[in-house]
Amino acid sequence: MAEQAGNGEDDAVAEIEKKIIEAFEVFDHECNQTVDVREIGSIVRSLGCFPTEAELHELLAMVEEEEPTGYIHLEKFLPVMTKVLLDRSYRPIPEDVLLHAFEALDENKCGYITKEKLVKYLTEEGEPFTQEEMEDMLSTALDPETNTVRYRDYISVMTVDET
Amino acid sequence: MGSTIGTMGCSSSVADRRSEKAIRAAILIQNWYRFTMARLEMRRRYSLNIFQSIEYADEQDQLQLSNFFTFMLDHCTQPDSVSHIFTSPGVSQMLDEGLCLTEFEKKIDVPDSYYGPRLSFPLTVKDANALLHAFRNEQLLHARYVLQLLCETRRVLKEMPNITHLSTSYSKEITICGDLHGNLDDLLLIFYKNGLPSEQNRYVFNGDFVDRGKNSMEILIILFAFLLIYPNDLHLNRGNHEDYIMNLRYGFTKEVSKKYKDHGKQILCLLQDVFSWLPLATIIDSKVLILHGGISDTTDLDFLNALQRNKLKSLMRPPNSVRDTQHQGKERIPTTRPSKHIANQNVAGKTQHISSSGSTEPSGSHLPPDPALKEWKQILDILWSDPRSQNGCTPNKCRGGGCYFGPDVTAKLFEKYNLKMLIRSHEFKPEGYEISHNGKVITIFSASNYYEEGSNRGAYIKLNPELIPRFVQYQVSKYTRRQNLRERVGTIESSALKSLREKIYAHRSELTSAFAQYDLKGTGRISVNNWAEAMESVLQLELPWRMLQSQLAQMNPDGEIDFMSCFYDLKIGQPIKETQVQPALVETLCRYRKDLEIIFNVIDKDHSGLISLEEFSQTWKLFTSHLGIDADDESIDKLVLSIDYNKDGHIDFNEFLEAFHVVHRLEKKANS
Repeated sequence: MAEQAGNGEDDAVAEIEKKIIEAFEVFDHECNQTVDVREIGSIVRSLGCFPTEAELHELLAMVEEEEPTGYIHLEKFLPVMTKVLLDRSYRPIPEDVLLHAFEALDENKCGYITKEKLVKYLTEEGEPFTQEEMEDMLSTALDPETNTVRYRDYISVMTVDET
Repeated sequence: MGSTIGTMGCSSSVADRRSEKAIRAAILIQNWYRFTMARLEMRRRYSLNIFQSIEYADEQDQLQLSNFFTFMLDHCTQPDSVSHIFTSPGVSQMLDEGLCLTEFEKKIDVPDSYYGPRLSFPLTVKDANALLHAFRNEQLLHARYVLQLLCETRRVLKEMPNITHLSTSYSKEITICGDLHGNLDDLLLIFYKNGLPSEQNRYVFNGDFVDRGKNSMEILIILFAFLLIYPNDLHLNRGNHEDYIMNLRYGFTKEVSKKYKDHGKQILCLLQDVFSWLPLATIIDSKVLILHGGISDTTDLDFLNALQRNKLKSLMRPPNSVRDTQHQGKERIPTTRPSKHIANQNVAGKTQHISSSGSTEPSGSHLPPDPALKEWKQILDILWSDPRSQNGCTPNKCRGGGCYFGPDVTAKLFEKYNLKMLIRSHEFKPEGYEISHNGKVITIFSASNYYEEGSNRGAYIKLNPELIPRFVQYQVSKYTRRQNLRERVGTIESSALKSLREKIYAHRSELTSAFAQYDLKGTGRISVNNWAEAMESVLQLELPWRMLQSQLAQMNPDGEIDFMSCFYDLKIGQPIKETQVQPALVETLCRYRKDLEIIFNVIDKDHSGLISLEEFSQTWKLFTSHLGIDADDESIDKLVLSIDYNKDGHIDFNEFLEAFHVVHRLEKKANS
């Protein structure tokens, strides 16, 4: 999304803050400026950031209360998140980079990855998927007839939503 | 160890590099996937927020109507034509006591051609099974049996106290269900999973059986039938939708009139009475309080237990004493809804509330204690309130009625009555239930797919003798194949955005002028920030406008919003093509279509669907002056005259108003 050409740095900051507050409030069911700590990932990512789980944990450590309550307060979250957006941390993953990543798992360069292989990589390596995440991904990604993932098609299906 | 196997070191470093590459690829894919899922979750949440905001805005409008009825009574030159809104209709005399059963048997013939279930009273389990079977096959119950059933139900309900006391010692578990809202499939699914009501399988249904869904009548018939068979084992609490004025807006009245053409009016009249006799709350083992909405800082269970509950046919009309007070001191309890221009300047006071407690206006201190008023407020609070995590008791500004109650209010009530848990319904919950106030308050909502296919699960509670709740969730699905998350969110989002666009279009002129205030150079473009502020100031839905912007309005390459683009592809339908109707008038009619429909239905005493031209224009003028709408009386008169097709001085207002809704020009495309 294009940033607004503000009249100055203050305007830009104010605009970013408003965006963050909006995203935060979507998850603030009781309108009391707090959200469940488990929602922070959704909020950060829906603001266009691509943090890894490790980076997300670092960020959480900064916004949590000294004695974690399970809830995050907007006043703690806002300055940290504003800085993230201003610094453009957690940069987006371009589509071609994503494609290369799938290709790296497709050793024979045949355009697809078998279900077993994909499950093995994504649930055992890196920042492993939970069972639920894996099943959910496969529900869209897997071609049930061949039991493979044609990743080019899958990427285009998934990115078409992002307008 | 690595140095001892030198030859292998080389190949293993290639393998290492390869696996390192794979790990990096995995992390990248995982990262990207979690990102897309988060975006999806955001879309799901804001879609539900859109549905809920629009729903609550609508409830506000509905509560505002009661103000208008009062206003109308004060200003109408022919008070007879409206006064019956406030007086109990002649139902009870017409359908009085005792003789009901045989009377209907004599008066209403059931033809041989009727192949639906035939009931004989007193009802047995066999009758209930026949009803379930018939409704699964989309049959109707004949009006005679409906009326007989309602009479019997009223007779049984009258015997019941306002607050029912149950004990778990008679059965292992008690099942508690929340809002059903005419969703018969949910009720059938609950019975399928959990068994039919019986002495061993006790149920409490916590209100809002009717409205919104297609099968409110069938749900009532099933619940009432089981109530008659097991009066000690199935319990019903009244919800805020068991109210005939609510039913005028939210579909139940229409459903009954459509299903029962000849006896619809009689059924509706009797239902007004039946609803008013529904108990208000249930208490299990003196510890668990079950009621539809919530509590306030003035909730008094002893008072609620003692009042005469059937006096309040509708909470939408405050008792006459409120009216008198308003008459004496208009500045204290305003009758009019502030026009949006005033609201813009004073966002804090964005609507008037009907609320008893926690209001900024301590009305009680000025007024002599009035029992009727107190009764109304007490019931309003328990049927309309919602829990919040902040302490205190404040007016429910989203819904416009009842209050928000905090953990301290709950704690105080629990202490006073030695309670342990409050189970309430009344609020949509994506998972079908929610626990708040540190486990003391449970919300249970049993209508799955409430806003849209896939929008939410329904749930019910199994409460065991230790009073530990267990939640059972479910979701009715019409698809044979389960949709995946992405498809489900897509469906919910497009449906939510469609309603939102309609709402936007109905405020077209206000929005246009709000945009124009920011567009000083007249370029037709404003910044995202200004656009978002204009949207919120006019619509007041508290939505994430900046996030929704790309779905609602076009952005130019320079990052500015082409503000008129949010009206593209929409228009308002009109009944008459050839007559030129003022656009502002069309918009007003579109926006207040539902209110006007209810008002005219109330005026139309004989339910003929017709009112006189004079009644129409007089009511219209009262309505617009009440709302402070700048309307051109001459042009509405002209419009109304032109739809009196047969020139008999009467118009079919339902048909007339039906035409004024927002049409999506590209409907076909969007649905494909």
